Amino acid sequence: MIDINESVMQVLLALIVVGPLLGAVAALLPAPPGLKGKSPDQAVLRHGVTVTGAVLIAAIVLALGFDHDQPSRMQATTDISWIPALDVRIHLGTDGISLPLLVLTALLTFLCALHSYFKPPTGPSPKAFVALLLVLESGTLATFAVLDLILFFLAFETVLIPMYFLIARWGGEGRAEAAWKFILYTLLGSVVMLLGLLLIGIEAGTFDMVALATDNGRSLTTSVQVIAVLAIGIGLAVKTPMWPLHSWLPDAHTAAPTVGSVLLAGVLLKMGTYGFVRILLPAAPDGFRTFAPYLAAFAVVGIIYGSLACLALTRRGANGDLKRLIAYSSVGHMGFVLLGIATMTPTGVNGALFANIAHGLITGLLFFLVGGLKDRTGSTDLDTLAKETGAALYGRAPRLGGLLAFAAVASLGLPGLAGFWGEMLALFGAFDPAEGLSRPAFLTFMAIGAFGTLLTAAYLLIVVRRVCMGASPQDSPKFADVRSYEFAAWTPLVVLTVVAGLWPRALLGLTDPAVQQLLAGGNR
Amino acid sequence: MSSLVQSVDWLAIAPPTITAVVGLVVLVADLFVSETRKPLLGWLSVAGLAAATLMLLPLLDADRSTFCLVGDEGVCSYTADRFTLVIQFLVLGGALLAALLSVTALKDDSKRLPEGEYWFLFLSSAAGAALLPASRDLATLVVALEVASLPAFALVGLRHGDRKSSEAALKFFLSSVTATAVSLLGISFVYAATGTLHLTLVAERVQNVDGQLHTLTQTGVVLTLVGFAFKTAAVPFHFWVPDTYVGAPLPIAAYLSVIGKAVGFSGLILVTVVALPSYAHVWGPALAVLAALTMTVGNVGALAQQATRAYSAVRLLAWSSVGQAGYLLVPIAAAAYSGDAEKSIGSTVAYALMYGAVNLGAFAVAALVGRAHRLNRVADYRGLYAASPLTALLLGFFLLCLAGLPPGIIGLFAKVTVFSAAVDAGLGWLAVVMAVNVVIALVYYLRWTALLFRAPEGEPVKHRLPAPLTAALALTGVLGVALSGAPQLVLRFTGTGLF
Repeated sequence: MIDINESVMQVLLALIVVGPLLGAVAALLPAPPGLKGKSPDQAVLRHGVTVTGAVLIAAIVLALGFDHDQPSRMQATTDISWIPALDVRIHLGTDGISLPLLVLTALLTFLCALHSYFKPPTGPSPKAFVALLLVLESGTLATFAVLDLILFFLAFETVLIPMYFLIARWGGEGRAEAAWKFILYTLLGSVVMLLGLLLIGIEAGTFDMVALATDNGRSLTTSVQVIAVLAIGIGLAVKTPMWPLHSWLPDAHTAAPTVGSVLLAGVLLKMGTYGFVRILLPAAPDGFRTFAPYLAAFAVVGIIYGSLACLALTRRGANGDLKRLIAYSSVGHMGFVLLGIATMTPTGVNGALFANIAHGLITGLLFFLVGGLKDRTGSTDLDTLAKETGAALYGRAPRLGGLLAFAAVASLGLPGLAGFWGEMLALFGAFDPAEGLSRPAFLTFMAIGAFGTLLTAAYLLIVVRRVCMGASPQDSPKFADVRSYEFAAWTPLVVLTVVAGLWPRALLGLTDPAVQQLLAGGNR
Repeated sequence: MSSLVQSVDWLAIAPPTITAVVGLVVLVADLFVSETRKPLLGWLSVAGLAAATLMLLPLLDADRSTFCLVGDEGVCSYTADRFTLVIQFLVLGGALLAALLSVTALKDDSKRLPEGEYWFLFLSSAAGAALLPASRDLATLVVALEVASLPAFALVGLRHGDRKSSEAALKFFLSSVTATAVSLLGISFVYAATGTLHLTLVAERVQNVDGQLHTLTQTGVVLTLVGFAFKTAAVPFHFWVPDTYVGAPLPIAAYLSVIGKAVGFSGLILVTVVALPSYAHVWGPALAVLAALTMTVGNVGALAQQATRAYSAVRLLAWSSVGQAGYLLVPIAAAAYSGDAEKSIGSTVAYALMYGAVNLGAFAVAALVGRAHRLNRVADYRGLYAASPLTALLLGFFLLCLAGLPPGIIGLFAKVTVFSAAVDAGLGWLAVVMAVNVVIALVYYLRWTALLFRAPEGEPVKHRLPAPLTAALALTGVLGVALSGAPQLVLRFTGTGLF
């Protein structure tokens, strides 16, 4: 949109990746004179807002300077040799597939830092909290920006330790077990993934994703591709999470602090699906084709399973936790993303990428809202909240209730909001899968997935009825409606949800050419 | 008539020689130094080790050989090539760090550890360990192995009036001597079959052994490996490790965990890759199985440690060092299968350098905490961050390096090279076993790391940092961080030939 010098773009992308890391180190040091603020805690939280804000601005400028006429071309690329012995290069770059994810990550982390500034997390000193948040941001941004398999793995692993500590130190009930489960599952997956990445790298003779994508699997035999896709796929599927490897997610979400949940759902899960699109689809297409029907089958099982689990949680007397419910709904939503990818068609993959972003926005918003609800009522338990008739949020805090209802209907995929397009395109892709994939199988998957959207609508509407509606008893304790800082943190998500829903071209225009290119044989 | 007196390249043999000479000087000086001046001996030894390490610098420009056969200049007993220099750097640098830890330990433990003997034994062992990677004939190899081991037995049992210490020494001694005896028998078989002790000649002649001697040679190969496998603490020769580490003074445990292993695997490399490459089909599978068993047993043993048991921190480090020994063996086993054996060996060397730096760092923190908490339980590390943040961050970093998880980037990349050596050689099953082990190891390393940052029980105990410990911590910390930023520093050994 605006013309920015290529070398400035390079610096911007490098800054986005390294900036938070430097910020994390700075957060651990004592504040310099003049920036001490009212108290050390306030100063460090403000530092977090500043750094994430700067990164967000850099990401937005990067998005503006991005050549939107050629989204399939890697832009702002840096390519420096780092470890010649392993042939690892610091290769950064962004195209239409990764750019939206970069902006989403920067945005969500900034909103989280903003939220924490006004509502400091309960737990040990915020100093470590800010430092971990920034390391987490750096790791996720690096995952989307690097173009080298080993660096991708490094970035993928970088998020583990900060997220572990965020859950284990600032989490709620059952946090220690949840944090362990999170890190063990992901680690087990990612070690297997490393083997797969090494196999691809060694067999193809390069770890460079662009080169691998251009090669399109031609230098890998089918058996190597099959093994590699299985190994890498397991690692990515744990992260996504794909049913039946999802069981770490509900616990982690329930125990994590609000900010942790937002980032976990909004950003971390996308690392898995991004890996499918960026690495497996172009680098090992034959291997992927072998597993695509199974992936799709697991995906639709996930959709149905997630929805049924949510429905069970919404029942009266089930002691359903709202955070747990959103976590299960994530399993369902990510099922659509996986289904889209498994079709191996431009339509499906575009839908998957769109659903990725939409899920990040909407689920991020949902977790913020539930966190806000917990701050006010002290509980996220649906039965405790709703009592006999319902929590009557519309009556007690109309704006909060309205926002919650908005997020819920966005999540169930109401046309006109962000949630709709991704899931529709994913199903559309399944209607006509790529050559070599069984059409009847995918038609079945499509039908089951479509049924899943109905179930999704059912449980989300039940949630709205039980939380937002109901008779408001006169003696019920009053609580504050949406505060101004909450408005500040939530409005961008609401606006983007509407914009993406009404103007999907803004996103699809970016992803489509890149996806076409990727499926046809790599980046130019 | 050609002279029977060999010309000796003194520069080439300087590093082990200086160490040995300083050891003798310390032993003699001990007789004349008054009781109050004894700490000087420690500093003299540290200076000697530093000088020996520095003497590696002039050797960097070219390969040097000495003690060559008169008449056949190509066959030598002592060679200072790149492999030798790297391992000597690891051994002498590691000994230097362990010596820094010892200075404090001796000061705290005054009277119970005789200083003169301690330093003499320490330097003798280090000299033997430094000689070993340079030896190119089987006799020198065994002599070096013995010079490295015998003083170590004494060091383990040196603490006066400590039953645990003597028991550990006895266990260590008996099992080690058995292993050496078996190894010697193997070497004699190989000698009987080939008629030479020089490694390069063995490599040549072993291919044309008389058919009748074939079984003898094969038995010889396997038996020879046993002694070195013992030194690396490979399963089933690992059981001495936990008790010995707990019974020994902590710096000696640190020394054994790094230098003992370096001795073992460099000997293994010399015997397998240099002397018996044509028997790769024998030692390759044996080492692969050994590696898988070693890492599994070590990591499961470490996982089973209870945090509240006495000396559990040292025990955990001991078991984890067994696990790490398994990773070190993987590339050596892979060398049997891959086309480029030297490249695989480079992975072991790179991994060992990383392991040496961070493991000694972890031991340095353990030594520090052990001053306040004599029992050195893992539970004593709770809340270390509140007491001394920098130390806690360092230990966390070292542990994550050992686990191979960011921010311990060098640990991660060292594991990646080992993995790629295995995958490259087609040892997929071993890579998978190792992957599972990495996850098991992560559990106990991370459990420990998480404990550091928990709220302390009661008042945090302030740890006063003595100067030598600070120096050791600073050295290992800087090394670890520098390597994480530029892994190429050690990983370059995987790319180029070492011999």
